[in-house]
Amino acid sequence: MLRLLSLALFIGTWVLGSWLAGERMLPPPTAVAATIVAEARSGELFWQLGITLARVALAFSLAMAVGVAIGFLMGRVALADRIGDPWLIVLLNLPALVIIVLAYIWGGLTEAAAILAVAVNKVPNAVVVIREGARALDPALDDVARVFAMPRWKVLRHIVVPQLAPYVAAAARSGLALVWKIVLVVELLGRPNGVGFEIGVAFQLFDVTRILAYALAFVAVILAIETLLVQPFERRASRWRVQPA
Amino acid sequence: MSLTLAAGEVCALVGPSGCGKTTMLRIIAGLDRDYDGSVQRPPAGRLAMVFQEPRLLPWRDVADNVRLFAPLADDAEVAALFDILGLASHAGHFPGELSLGLARRVALARAFAVKPDLLLLDEPFVSLDDALANRLREELALLVDRRSVATLLVTHNIEEAVRLADRILLLSRRPAQIIADVPVLTRRAARTDDDCAAIRAAIAQRLADHSRTAATTVSRGET
Repeated sequence: MLRLLSLALFIGTWVLGSWLAGERMLPPPTAVAATIVAEARSGELFWQLGITLARVALAFSLAMAVGVAIGFLMGRVALADRIGDPWLIVLLNLPALVIIVLAYIWGGLTEAAAILAVAVNKVPNAVVVIREGARALDPALDDVARVFAMPRWKVLRHIVVPQLAPYVAAAARSGLALVWKIVLVVELLGRPNGVGFEIGVAFQLFDVTRILAYALAFVAVILAIETLLVQPFERRASRWRVQPA
Repeated sequence: MSLTLAAGEVCALVGPSGCGKTTMLRIIAGLDRDYDGSVQRPPAGRLAMVFQEPRLLPWRDVADNVRLFAPLADDAEVAALFDILGLASHAGHFPGELSLGLARRVALARAFAVKPDLLLLDEPFVSLDDALANRLREELALLVDRRSVATLLVTHNIEEAVRLADRILLLSRRPAQIIADVPVLTRRAARTDDDCAAIRAAIAQRLADHSRTAATTVSRGET
């Protein structure tokens, strides 16, 4: 009920703003909705959204795989931590834009360079979170596994992974949010398609309706992914936790 | 310090806090490598340990907790253990939903499900109320009599040692030395209150003798 009220307030504010600022600066919801429908009919919308989502999926998977591996290594092996930490700090603080631009310069305006740039931006975040998870592994449970001579693969699957799950979920959550923002920038700067590209073109044409249409469509897709994929996963991973009453 | 445990023998290590009982258990279990000396476990023998805290996997239920660590145990065996320990109705519960007493029972079930050749117990009933602790001691006695296994029980509760052990080793303060080795000849199941009282008296006597000797040595200016 409260959500509907909030949504109504949002649309109400939009209409008011459009009326005050003029239709050229802030098109009303009706115009934007019409554009969305038109783009959907022609198939453009789904095509661009699809391409962007494909890039998000690829870059996200790559970054998580590498991030979890390195993060776990750095959390368990002191030497790896000492060697990797300076690199980590530099990459964490290097602006996303710099990484993207360098990737395009060194790799050319290619798809590979684009995906890599996004992944490199996300990896340090994942590493930091997973490293903490690896550091926080309970030695008491390790003792039990050792005494009962549990084979290594079983320890990994039943003792290590469940302890890391909340950390992986956290890295995935914040990482996903980061990745889709950077994918749009990457598309704007050097790709001929995708939502970022469309927004770039609309910017040059001062087509505010188009910008808002693509932005809203994109946000809707992200919200769907959040609700249908991420939240159920998080709930499952935390099922055993004793919730505060 | 030297200690030899016979097959099927239940040996209690009784000593004051801080004398090193838990450390010794950890060394025997292979969890602590920092020591001088040698440990010989039964060759190819299975080891099981009950820690001071239950140490269950919070994300698996009771049945899984036992089965994950005892993959070779068959269903009948696990069911029998659950019956003895009163866990049958809790098989599907998660550790977060269990009381401390129940969690301790699951840890016991886990240790016995493995059918160990050497069983180590580190103050398994500490911080439980007397009634519950006594019940669990009875259950442990039952389990140990059902399938004999060399057992090392660490406790600072003399009552517990008297009730459960075939042999009681009294340890001094740190650095721990064996003050006395008190055998208990009556079978666990046949032990009466009088038997227990007699053993307790014997222990008290040995402890008193030891304090006297220690005091005399101190007053003579030796360590």
